[in-house]
Amino acid sequence: MSYLDTLLFGVYPYLAGAVFLLGSLARFDRDQFTWKAHSSQILNNRNMRLASNLFHVGILLLFLGHFVGLLTPPEIFHALGVSAGAKQVLAIVAGSVAGLMCFAGLTMLVQRRLTDPRVRATSTRMDIFILLLLYAQLILGLLTIPVSLMHLDGHNMLNLMAWARNIVTFDPTEAVAALGEVGLLFRLHLFLGLTIFLVFPFSRLVHIWSAPVTYPFRSYQVVRQR
Amino acid sequence: MKVRAQIAMVLNLDKCIGCHTCSVTCKNVWTSRDGMEYAWFNNVETKPGIGYPKDWENQDRWNGGWKRRKDGRIEPKQGGKWRILANIFANPDLPAIDDYYEPWDYDYAHLHNAPESKAMPVARPRSAISGERMEKIHWGPNWEEILGTEFAKRSKDYNFEGVQKEIYGEFENTFMMYLPRLCEHCLNPACVASCPSGAIYKREEDGIVLIDQDKCRGWRMCVSGCPYKKIYYNWNTGKSEKCIFCYPRIEVGQPTVCSETCVGRIRYLGVLLYDADQIEKAASVADEKSLYQAQLDIFLDPYNPTVQAEARKAGVPDAWLQAAQDSPVYKMAIDWKIAFPLHPEYRTLPMVWYVPALSPIQARAEAGQIGMNGIIPDVGSLRIPLKYLANLLTAGDEKPVRLALERMLAMRAYMRAKVVDGEVKEDVLKAVNLRIDQVESMYRYLAIANYEDRFVIPTSHREYASATYDAFGERGGCGFSFGNGCSPGTDKTNLFGGKKVTTRRAIPIRVEPPTKA
Repeated sequence: MSYLDTLLFGVYPYLAGAVFLLGSLARFDRDQFTWKAHSSQILNNRNMRLASNLFHVGILLLFLGHFVGLLTPPEIFHALGVSAGAKQVLAIVAGSVAGLMCFAGLTMLVQRRLTDPRVRATSTRMDIFILLLLYAQLILGLLTIPVSLMHLDGHNMLNLMAWARNIVTFDPTEAVAALGEVGLLFRLHLFLGLTIFLVFPFSRLVHIWSAPVTYPFRSYQVVRQR
Repeated sequence: MKVRAQIAMVLNLDKCIGCHTCSVTCKNVWTSRDGMEYAWFNNVETKPGIGYPKDWENQDRWNGGWKRRKDGRIEPKQGGKWRILANIFANPDLPAIDDYYEPWDYDYAHLHNAPESKAMPVARPRSAISGERMEKIHWGPNWEEILGTEFAKRSKDYNFEGVQKEIYGEFENTFMMYLPRLCEHCLNPACVASCPSGAIYKREEDGIVLIDQDKCRGWRMCVSGCPYKKIYYNWNTGKSEKCIFCYPRIEVGQPTVCSETCVGRIRYLGVLLYDADQIEKAASVADEKSLYQAQLDIFLDPYNPTVQAEARKAGVPDAWLQAAQDSPVYKMAIDWKIAFPLHPEYRTLPMVWYVPALSPIQARAEAGQIGMNGIIPDVGSLRIPLKYLANLLTAGDEKPVRLALERMLAMRAYMRAKVVDGEVKEDVLKAVNLRIDQVESMYRYLAIANYEDRFVIPTSHREYASATYDAFGERGGCGFSFGNGCSPGTDKTNLFGGKKVTTRRAIPIRVEPPTKA
C-alpha cells in the first residue's frame, strides 16, 4: 500500500504539476488560437445566467478556500486565536455553501451539455470529459462533509494540510507520511484534484490563466501601430 | 491636433437594387466555414423591418453602443468595465443563435442516392449546427426580403419612432428601401472598449478595426457591445470574428470585395483625415441630434496647409494626403453633405456612411400626384417618410436629410434641363446652395460613378506595412492560417483540442429502403 501511496500522493503531484505548467506554456506558445473559454452561450441561452454564475462563483470560492485553507501554516491561524477545530467548522460551513452553489450550477450545465442537441453536437470529447471530471470531483468533495462532521477536532484536516504543505515545499516523503490515516474518500478527492491539474492544459480550463484582471485598468480604445 | 487617416465607405442607397451580390461574394470569400454559417459580415436588409439579428436597432433591448453618463463622460451602454467583468460568466445582452437564425443546409446527396420510390425525393433541411432535421424553418438571414412577413411584425422597426406608421401598412402607401450593412469601422468603437482581453484594435494607418484571433479568449462582450451587431461569435473556434474591411485588398490598393462586386456601383471608398484628439469630445456631446455635426467637425480639410503639415508630422504619407484630396467620401460626406452616418446616436462615430434613398418620385411628381417646390418635387411628400430616414441617419434631425434629398433632386433637375432642354437653370441650384462645379461633380460621381472615381485607395506605404512589401518577412509563411503556423499537424487528433479545419462535419443520412405496397 505504501508503494501506491508514494506513487499517487508523492510522485503524481509533481507529474501533474509539471504537465500543468509546461503544457500550459507550450499551448500558449504554440497554439494560442485554441486558447479560449469556448462559451456555448450563443447556442442555448436558457438558464445560462443562473447556471453559469452559480457554477463559476461557487468554484472560484472553492478554489480560493482550498488554496488558503490548505497552504496557510497552522502557526498563523493559531496565532490569530483560531483553533484547528474552529477552522474546520469554518471550512465545512463555507465549503458547504460554495459547494452547493457550484453543485446546483454544474448540474444544470452538465444536463445542458449532454442533452441540448446544439451544445452536444458542438462539444468535443474533452469538453464533456472535463465537465464530468469536475462534477465527480465536486460530488466527492461534498461527500467529505458528512464524514468530517463525525470528527470535528480538525485532526484529519491538519494531516491534509501537512500533505499539501510538504508537497509544495518539495518534501514528498514527509507528505506521504502525513497522509497516513486519511480516509479513502479524501484520497480519491486528492487524486481527482491532481488529475484536473494534469488534463488542464489540454482542456478549455486554460481560460482561467487568461482571466482579464487588467481590463479595468486600461483605456477603452486600443489603437495598434504597424 | 493628432491627424490620422481612415479608409471610409459611402453607400448610395438611392441606387441599391438589393441584389445581395455584396453579401454573397463576401460570404464566399470570408465566412463559408464551420461556425460562421450564420454570420454575414455584409448583409442587405429590406427596410422597414426588424433586421438581422432581430431587432438589432433596439438598444433598450440589446444595450449596444455607448451611453452618456450624468457627468458628461461616456461608457459602453452594457456597463462600465467592472460591470462587464461581472457579467463575464454569462452575458445578459448576448443575442442567441435564434436571434440571428439557425443555419441550415440541405440533404442534396439524397436527390442522387434516393432509391426508387413513389414520391419525388426531396432535399430536406438540416441544421448546420446540430446536424438534426429541421422540420420547419422559422427565420432566415433575410426573412423580410422585399417586405416579406406581415406589416405588424415589420412595423416594430425602430426607425418608425415618431412616425404615424399605421398608414404605411396600407398597400397604396407602403414604401421600402434596401439597407446594406457591414462593420462601421468606427472612430469610437464600442466593441474595442468592451473587449476584456484587449484583442480588438483599430489600425492606426487606415482605421480598420480587427480582432486578433490569437488574443481573443471568447469572452463575447464585443458581440453585445457593438450596437450594429456586426461581431459574430464563431461557435466552432470559440472566437469572435468581424468584417475585416478586406484589409489584404485595401493594403494593395484594391476595393473591398463587397465594393468591387457591387453591380449597382453604389459603394465608394476613400480616405478621410480626422483629428484623433477630438474623438472623445465628439462622441460625448449632450444632444444626440448634434452628434452628426460633431463627427463632421473632427474631419479635417485635406487642402488646408496646416492640416497637411500636421499630417506629415504624424507620419501620413504624401500618397495618402493626395488620396484624401481626391476622396469621393470626403466630397459626399463633407463637401456636398449628402451622406450620413448610420445611427449616430450610438456614439460610436461610424465610418460607413449612407446617401439616403430618394423614392421613385419624378414620375409621380410629373403626374401631379405630389406637390412641387418650384421645379423640384416637394421632399416632404416622398414615399419614404423623411422622419424615417432621419431616425436612421441623423438621430431624428430632419433638416440635414431634407437638404441632402433636395440637393439630389436639384442635381436631377439641373442636369435634365441642361441635357434635355439645353438650358442652364442656376436658380435650382441657388435654392439648395450648390455651385455649378459641385453639381456637375455630383453628377459625375453619383450617376456615372466610374471605377476610378468610386475607389480612391492609396496602397499602404512601405514604412507603414512592411509585411506587405517586405517579402523577406513572409518567406516561408503560409498566408492565411488558423494559428500554429503552417502546420496543421499530421496526427488526426489535436493535442490542445483545436478542430481540423480541413474536415467538415457531415452527417451521414440513412436511406430507408422503399416499402413494398
